[in-house]
Amino acid sequence: MSTLYRVGCAAGFSGDRLGVARPIVDEFLRLGEPACLIFESLAERTLALAQLDRRQNPALGFEPLLAEMLEPILADCLLNNIPIVGNFGAANPEGAASLIAKLAKAQGFPSIKIAIVRGDEISASVFMACLDQQSQDALSNSSLVSANVYLGAREIADALNDGAQIVVTGRVADPALTVGPLMAHFKKSWSDWNFLAQATMAGHLLECGAQVTGGYFADPGVKDVPDLASVGFPIIEFDEFGNCCVTKAPNTGGVVSLMTVTEQLLYEVHDPARYLTPDVIADISQAQLELTGENKVLLNKVLGHEKPATLKANICIDGGWLAEAEISYAGHHAYERAQLAAQIIRERLSDVLDLRIDYIGSASVFPSEDGSGPSFRAQGGFEDIRLRVAAAHMNKVIANQLCRELTALYTCGPAGGGGVRTSLRPRLNTLVAYVPRDLVKSSYEFFAGEQ
Amino acid sequence: MNLTKTRIPLYELAHARTGDKGNRSNISVIAYRPEDFAILLREVTAEKVREHFSFRKPTAVQRYELPNLCALNFVMDDVLEGGVNLSLNLDTHGKSLSYWLLAMEIDPS
Repeated sequence: MSTLYRVGCAAGFSGDRLGVARPIVDEFLRLGEPACLIFESLAERTLALAQLDRRQNPALGFEPLLAEMLEPILADCLLNNIPIVGNFGAANPEGAASLIAKLAKAQGFPSIKIAIVRGDEISASVFMACLDQQSQDALSNSSLVSANVYLGAREIADALNDGAQIVVTGRVADPALTVGPLMAHFKKSWSDWNFLAQATMAGHLLECGAQVTGGYFADPGVKDVPDLASVGFPIIEFDEFGNCCVTKAPNTGGVVSLMTVTEQLLYEVHDPARYLTPDVIADISQAQLELTGENKVLLNKVLGHEKPATLKANICIDGGWLAEAEISYAGHHAYERAQLAAQIIRERLSDVLDLRIDYIGSASVFPSEDGSGPSFRAQGGFEDIRLRVAAAHMNKVIANQLCRELTALYTCGPAGGGGVRTSLRPRLNTLVAYVPRDLVKSSYEFFAGEQ
Repeated sequence: MNLTKTRIPLYELAHARTGDKGNRSNISVIAYRPEDFAILLREVTAEKVREHFSFRKPTAVQRYELPNLCALNFVMDDVLEGGVNLSLNLDTHGKSLSYWLLAMEIDPS
């Protein structure tokens, strides 16, 4: 009888719901079998935002809610040999490790083993030759914010086998958070492509948290989800043969069904026969799903092919300023009044800014930047329209003119406008490069305390 | 003969989810009932999807078939107005686009 290893995921992005790790850890404690808890909190742009935070304050740059994420379950995990793996290190893994060491000490664990995975940050000399001409031009007209390669699972697995209780990473491929613990536990070869692919797709199903357990799925009366307000975060059960079962903790809301798992299996996948990751090319073109019990779905027939020769890198550059401003018009002729307001903004700004105009309540998220695309009108000329105007510019003062002009609609615009909100935020642009593996030096080391 | 009357939105036969990477969007389309997958294969072609999204000016639309899952996966290039970092759209990820694909009319007969 093969033993199972469980991985639970308690965050699918930075800003995900807090408190969701508790039911997962309770289930691990009840079962008393080997298990690991992961946190995925580093979307494409999150790391660059973290880098900006770190520039403001060198003590920042890691997951801002790290303490709130870990505090409730840290002691139970440490006492019961449940390792915690997370990319919550973002742009400052040492800072995260330092905070975790403090949290552990405060809970009575003065010397825990926290591993830090290094090597995801790369320099311009590494990635420059890997950028296409268009990206090089974009970079030369801007300034570099961050450059990080997606590392694989090797360092995570090695650190766990070396006794790490917590593994802090910056940029790693999201599934690596799961592949690392599975490889550490089952001690398979790093060229066992099928096993790596099965582990990778297990990680893929976990990495967005509740998106596989009924989150991001419900459509009332069509695709109903029980107790969505208390949706349980996912747990995968994995065996040495690579069989992967998706489930969730008992007494939580949500649902694990063929439909929820199929949606998440294909989420952010391009060619299903070639899902590229640092550790393997996974092939789900022949994959099968089977409902094996209540809230239990088995994933089968995932194949693996040799890992790619290059690693993907995200290079974040300064993208100037994004200005957004909104005002509401409701009641008779609301759409016409919103159109007049938009016309005023156009007349006053279109020579300095490229404007995007939305009529929220009629046409906003579907249309193209030029306004073409589907739109919908309420009957009878009685509507509730929110005019939104957005523009970006490298110059903050020019971008801010949009906020000022829209605010001026209070007294200078059409009748009955209300509820102006404006925002002006720095914007980032991401370039992608594919870097030869031998240019990337990845490693791990144990956090040695405050230097 | 009223041909339009027989047409239904894809929404009645399938569910969908959108993902994004950079300026590329992928939308899965999954049949509720296995017996309807043949209708999806016939009706929801890459060409028709490209036409349905023409206002987003896709530079390429690729369809992948996953018969074991009764699912199609559409990958559309350059439809996100620059993607999550650059788009001026409220929905910079294009997450809502799955519901535009489900609004596409098909012939279920």
